Amino acid sequence: MARVLLNLPRSAAKGSVIEIRCLIMHPMESGFRPGVNGSILARDIITRFSCDYDGEEIFHAELSPAIAANPFISFTTVATASGTLRFTWEGDDGFRQTETRALTVT
Amino acid sequence: MTDRRTLLAGALLALSLRPAAATPEDEAAAVRAFTGGAPLRAGRVELDIPPLVENGNTVPLKVTVQSPMTAADHVTAIAVFNEKNPQPQVITARFGPRAGRAELATHMRLATSQTILAVAAMSDGSFWSASAEVVVTLAACIES
Amino acid sequence: MTWLLALLLGTALAQPRSGALDMSRELQALQADDSANPGMLWVQEGEALWQRPEGRAAKACADCHGAAPASMRGVAARYPAWDTASGAPLDLAGRIQSCRSQHQQAPPLARESEPLLALSAYVGLQSRGLPVTPPEDPRLAPARARGEALFRERRGQLNLSCAQCHEERAGLRLGGSLVPQGHANGYPQYRAEWQALGSLQRRLRNCMVGVRSVAPAYGAADYVEIELFLAQRGAGLPVEAPAVRP
Repeated sequence: MARVLLNLPRSAAKGSVIEIRCLIMHPMESGFRPGVNGSILARDIITRFSCDYDGEEIFHAELSPAIAANPFISFTTVATASGTLRFTWEGDDGFRQTETRALTVT
Repeated sequence: MTDRRTLLAGALLALSLRPAAATPEDEAAAVRAFTGGAPLRAGRVELDIPPLVENGNTVPLKVTVQSPMTAADHVTAIAVFNEKNPQPQVITARFGPRAGRAELATHMRLATSQTILAVAAMSDGSFWSASAEVVVTLAACIES
Repeated sequence: MTWLLALLLGTALAQPRSGALDMSRELQALQADDSANPGMLWVQEGEALWQRPEGRAAKACADCHGAAPASMRGVAARYPAWDTASGAPLDLAGRIQSCRSQHQQAPPLARESEPLLALSAYVGLQSRGLPVTPPEDPRLAPARARGEALFRERRGQLNLSCAQCHEERAGLRLGGSLVPQGHANGYPQYRAEWQALGSLQRRLRNCMVGVRSVAPAYGAADYVEIELFLAQRGAGLPVEAPAVRP
């Protein structure tokens, strides 16, 4: 399991826009770098990040080797109803990680 | 411990194996794949990226698009492209009215000094863009 | 002309200046933002490790030290410090290692291993903003003096000392890069160059290899001695762990 740092409020007023900031520990090996013996290191990146809000996808992004190691993504969403946000990172070599956070909307 | 000759050989190999940079044609093709050939209009997009970068491995980047983000009028996608990394794509993010604001921030890599292009796709089918020139300074002391 | 003269004479630093002040506005903002600073990934891991029982004693750091925000506040700002048991100075990572073997009776964590960096980052964070305050312990003086001598000793095939770059030429440019004063107040720190968090010893090794000299193994007394001198030289600077640097 890669370490993940998620920053979003636990609660928000209905209709307000909340900011969600996500960091995940990942080398994002570009597939263009030579290793110590001179041969190219195989690509190992996160290719897709998505966020579901109560089962509906509200945001997703396709990532490339041009995204920095330990990828950071920040986006916003409207707090519509109390529920669960599910964050999923998918990548090379079957990488897949999911985190969930509860959001209380008042 | 690695001896100097190995280090030197490694450095030379690293130079010779360095992949060719993306060309302006590659970038244009990637942009076309995103827009479907629709024209890019300047404006509505703000691209915030440092003009001078001390190390291209972690470069903060933020794209903000002026849009009411309603069901009738919203940003459907933001894509970022580069000229001279090995590949032209940086990130493509899909948005809907539930985003509330059309904002995207990330940390990108820059292989060298170049122009970065951000393109926003609108729900009315139009495409808007902004670009920024970034200078990457060469680090003198790097870990070997 | 005065500064040029100062450079030629190789005078010591008039005023310590954190490398953070010479970074771009954007990297400064990255360091200051805990939701974007990648070093916080290690801090988070360190917080989990702080609570986790380890070794034959099945004790967690928290079992002895309680909540780190209270018990560890200001600790990193005082290291390296004297260790009575070994009769030698220890840096913060060395102190964590020694705690682990003596009190947790757990297998050692290697220098520069992820768990040791994570714990160092978590403990370091508890001193963020506090001034670097090296202990006025006379037992540290000989090691600190050796550290200063190592700092001023020319070494390697390039025949350069730390001081020749980081004192005499601090503030000037080497290629496109600004030569910083080389302070230790941000470690462990996230370097874009490393694309990871690393320790001060890793940075010292970079410099030693950079001037084509033989770098001692991690944990060697030479490093702790240089760290002692650097703490005194940067006394008063705010602790920035986990700092971000290019």
